[in-house]
Amino acid sequence: MSYAIPAFLPFFLAALFAAIAPVRFRYLLVLVPLVNGILIYLNADQLTPISIQLHTFTLQIMDVGAQVTEQDAKLTLLFAYLFHLACFICLIYALHVKDKVQIVAGLLYAGSAVGAVFAGDFITLFIFWELLAVTSAFLVFARRTKASKAAGIRYLIIQVLSGVLLLIGAISYFQQTGSLEIGYIGLGSMASWLFLIAFGIKAAFPFMHSWLTDAYPEATPAGAVFLSAFTTKVAIYMLARTFPGEDLLVYIGAAMTCFPIFYAVIENDLRKVLAYSLINQLGFMVCGIGIGTALALNGTVAHAFNDVIFKGLLFMTMGAVLHRVGHVNGSNLGGLYKTMPKTTIFCIIGAASISAFPLFSGFVSKSMVMAAMIEAGHEYLWLMLLFASAGVFHHAGIKIPFFAFFAHDSGLRPKEAPTNMLVAMGIAAFMCILVGTYPEFLYQMLPWENSYVPYDLTHTLTQLQLLFFSALAFVWLNKKGLYPPELKSVNLDFEWIYRRAMPAAGLGLARFADNLKTHFVGFAVSAVNALPAKKRGNDANAATLTLRMALGFVVLAVLAFVTQFI
Amino acid sequence: MKIEANNTGQKVHFFDNPKNVTWMIRIFYAICILLVVADFVVHRHIYLSYDEIPAFYAIYGFVACVVLVIIATGMRKFVMRDEHFYDKREDEVEQIVPRVDVKHTPDSNQDTESHS
Repeated sequence: MSYAIPAFLPFFLAALFAAIAPVRFRYLLVLVPLVNGILIYLNADQLTPISIQLHTFTLQIMDVGAQVTEQDAKLTLLFAYLFHLACFICLIYALHVKDKVQIVAGLLYAGSAVGAVFAGDFITLFIFWELLAVTSAFLVFARRTKASKAAGIRYLIIQVLSGVLLLIGAISYFQQTGSLEIGYIGLGSMASWLFLIAFGIKAAFPFMHSWLTDAYPEATPAGAVFLSAFTTKVAIYMLARTFPGEDLLVYIGAAMTCFPIFYAVIENDLRKVLAYSLINQLGFMVCGIGIGTALALNGTVAHAFNDVIFKGLLFMTMGAVLHRVGHVNGSNLGGLYKTMPKTTIFCIIGAASISAFPLFSGFVSKSMVMAAMIEAGHEYLWLMLLFASAGVFHHAGIKIPFFAFFAHDSGLRPKEAPTNMLVAMGIAAFMCILVGTYPEFLYQMLPWENSYVPYDLTHTLTQLQLLFFSALAFVWLNKKGLYPPELKSVNLDFEWIYRRAMPAAGLGLARFADNLKTHFVGFAVSAVNALPAKKRGNDANAATLTLRMALGFVVLAVLAFVTQFI
Repeated sequence: MKIEANNTGQKVHFFDNPKNVTWMIRIFYAICILLVVADFVVHRHIYLSYDEIPAFYAIYGFVACVVLVIIATGMRKFVMRDEHFYDKREDEVEQIVPRVDVKHTPDSNQDTESHS
């Protein structure tokens, strides 16, 4: 038996089914990623390459088989498994949702991500890249608030821009090399920079990140879980394929680990905190790609795998709160553990995983990137990553569960999350603990040779010290009253440029142009008025008329002359 | 929207009892101390020059978080705006959630606030 269909096809067919079938059949959809994922896993060695001839061009939609290097094939497969697993969990989480828009968009979105990782050339990638953008935007629109509509449009514009840059990059790459095959590019040519920016937008590089923190918190509860899994990870996958070992990425990644945590500490919307912390985690992966050694790349891939699960889990817990309470503002939450104990436990498991607590999944993958950083000799950057590790525990590990479920009692007594949400969170939590306690499960799938041992005495002890003393700082700051209280607020980030500064500048320009027009018209009117009125009797009128006719003729002549040039 | 639930006869939750919280914090302090002591007992690998400092990771973790919070709090002066700064969020509806009235004693620890 061999697997001879495009891997994304079942997702698209399922989306079609979801669109036309009565909504009560949505339970069947959960089987699609599960069965498709298992089939791909069982036939991992016998995947059939598929390509479509389009005029003179061949779209390689399933780039598998003998011509692909072993590493690339493993990398592709690992991400494919990951996306199937993520889609499976997301669909269970969304089972209570009767809104067809979300289900269809979610399936198309997951299918596009699967299609993107199996793509063999940049044009096929471009198609799925844009599909990712378009389909995912509906997960934001589906919230159906004014803010989400506006955020969805902004998200869509930036995502499509990324795709356009990718297309321009692909065209100029084709001109230079005559090939569109996805493979190592390396920085240098114009095309490579375009690729880097295109991938960088989706990977939320600094100053290109604000679409993420803008749109994800506006999405529906289930939509945010979908969103956190796919777009950014496809970008990480592409960076790992095309720019491994690119030194610049180490610095970009280190910046990405550090700057979001400051925002995360003062942010009130807890899903926005998670969005910032997502950028922070992406930073570790980008660092790993920049280092480019086998250990670093393995670490990147492993961390991407874990991040999808634990970040998904955290988004799910906050989604459950949003579903039950209607908002996730830290300032108005607290004490929810009393009525949502299961969600609280899952949130703590997710928080422990993202903070890289021993026995939880983050511990076995983040440290691979850290260790690779030391091996590569980037001591100062390593200190930055260590700072970010302490910081991530602080804002995602403590702040999220503390302000939502403990802290001061808000008096809210919402019901526990719906059963399907709890099941989805349970699966994700189980995966976090499974990978954390039995890392071989993940390590055996890694593309490169792997001999990393996460559980040695030094690593466990130092990590525990780091985390416990970060927690100590939290306790101490809280006792001293130094900890910034959760306040209803918006924090200005880079998006201010295009949400405030650019519109303001545009309006200013328009006003300036308007003023200019008014002045010009006023000037023209006064010039006309300045013409001598020559009221000297009847025969003088004829002279005035002649003068005016002469002037009119000149104006007409000038206009005729001007129109020749338009 | 507020639905008043019956406030009396509620069970006292684990973190509502100040004693529990005090004990948890004490255990937490004890673990912190043990971890620092372990640093002197256990021979750990040294990878970098900073690593040689005793309890380097503990100090770094503590200092990092304090610095993080202080800088972030300072950032609020420059970046914080009203929550309706970009969007008017009138069309967002909160769910109707059962509520109870909680009396917050002014000087108690955040964790140890109790129900009346």
